[in-house]
Amino acid sequence: MDQLAQQLINGLSLGSIYALIALGYTMVYGIIQLINFAHGDVYMVGAYVGFASMAILGLGVFESLALAMVTCMILGVVIERVAYKPLRNSTRIAVLITAIGVSLLLEYVMLYFVGAAVRSYPPLPDYFNAQFAVGGVVISAKSLIIIGVSVALMIGLQFIVQKTRIGKAMRAVSQDADAARLMGINVDNTISFTFALGSALAGAAGVLVGIYYNTINPLMGIMPGLKAFVAAVFGGIGLIPGALIGGYFIGVTETLVSGYFSSLLQDAVVFAILILVLIFKPAGLLGKNVREKV
Amino acid sequence: MSDILAVEGLTRNFGGLAAVSNVNLRLGTGELVGLIGPNGAGKTTVFNLLTGVYPPSAGTITFTRQDRGPVSIGGRRPYAICRAGVGRTFQNIRLFKDLTVLDNVVIALQQNRRYPLLSSFLRLPPFAKAEAEIHAESLELLRIMGLDAKAEELARNLPYGDQRHLEIARALATKPTLLLLDEPAAGMNPNETAQLTRLIARLRDEFALTILLIEHDMSLVMKICERIYVLDHGVVIASGTPAEVRANPKVIEAYLGEEA
Repeated sequence: MDQLAQQLINGLSLGSIYALIALGYTMVYGIIQLINFAHGDVYMVGAYVGFASMAILGLGVFESLALAMVTCMILGVVIERVAYKPLRNSTRIAVLITAIGVSLLLEYVMLYFVGAAVRSYPPLPDYFNAQFAVGGVVISAKSLIIIGVSVALMIGLQFIVQKTRIGKAMRAVSQDADAARLMGINVDNTISFTFALGSALAGAAGVLVGIYYNTINPLMGIMPGLKAFVAAVFGGIGLIPGALIGGYFIGVTETLVSGYFSSLLQDAVVFAILILVLIFKPAGLLGKNVREKV
Repeated sequence: MSDILAVEGLTRNFGGLAAVSNVNLRLGTGELVGLIGPNGAGKTTVFNLLTGVYPPSAGTITFTRQDRGPVSIGGRRPYAICRAGVGRTFQNIRLFKDLTVLDNVVIALQQNRRYPLLSSFLRLPPFAKAEAEIHAESLELLRIMGLDAKAEELARNLPYGDQRHLEIARALATKPTLLLLDEPAAGMNPNETAQLTRLIARLRDEFALTILLIEHDMSLVMKICERIYVLDHGVVIASGTPAEVRANPKVIEAYLGEEA
């Protein structure tokens, strides 16, 4: 019982990170029907910006988090404007291949500059390492901070999407871009804003994962990127609540598998889930009926 | 009476097909004009050119607002044309179906008010006031269109006739001075059409609009349009008052085929 609770706490931390990445996938898909395969690498860049900010600039954890989010926001918009926007009227496969190209570009440019070596995140303030024992379960402050920051960002996102003008414009564009354009909505700016939001969340996830696992490397974005994609598909791609549910589901499943069976199996299980979802419910858990696209 | 819209030599080719060819249109401020013609005549293409869905292959479109003077809108981007004051509805209903009825209108209204981003994120007082005004104005538009009781429903759940009305409400929310209605009465029964006919005439007066409408329902067109342009195979084949158009042999031929 204690072990289960312990694994659930770990799963929620990891799930928060997956959910943050999955949100970016799902929002971008919702608005331009593109699986942005470079998204996992934006998350990697976020992790490095956080690292540099703490280790070189000497900034605190939360300042570094903010800096990583802003940097990734800009990176996301630049990627969209330079690589995807010129292909707006091309086939979807052309944009998809471009996304893979951008992904490889980010990975290997980063590799060139920082080298292939794994780096450890700088030491964290003491309060990150505090631990609380609740019954037989040990909860680390680190996990709570990761979950807390993620939930705060998700609430912020929900506020922007539901309540603000640009959020309403995003929802309108995701439902009918042509009609939105003819109602006076600047669709290009709305798309850029969507990339900005999604990339900022990925940047935050990058820093959080640095805190959680302590190590970063230039290819670290590939696997979490794919798993977040699985999470988005599991919940129903294009749907914000779906990405949240999917992210937490994948995170918890992964920790349970590695806790009770073997950590070697965790990736296999995640991708087996993708295959099962695609066979039995391709629209995802929340697909079709509860359509709240962005 | 000054012209609000002047279209000259408007042409649009798709591949080798001239969907619209050398069309000239003039709309005086406050006029209610019909654009009719058989299926495939190019009526919706004209609307798409007027609203920037695609650029003209040739020709000019000049739109005049009393406060801004004449501007060329041919080939400009749709959102810019919309913000300049040209609103439209669609032949196939294209609402934001997963948003509420109210939000469909709110979104369109919001695009016409610019506030600094900072102010909108921090919800500063002038912004909150503007939001409240937008909310009230949206409800008023819905009330005029008879939809205020359904403001919180999802647009997709409205019955067909209400969706058509919501399209008009949303178009009005873009604050147009020129309103383009693409088959507003499509799919309506004679009773609903008669009601809509009265509504359109009323909207023109209340909102000081100029209206250009595409319609197949001749009872509506003949009743409220002051002038009519007839399009066939992308060419204007006749224009004039309803009575003149009805008596024009070319029009009869276009609709019924050549007389034996």
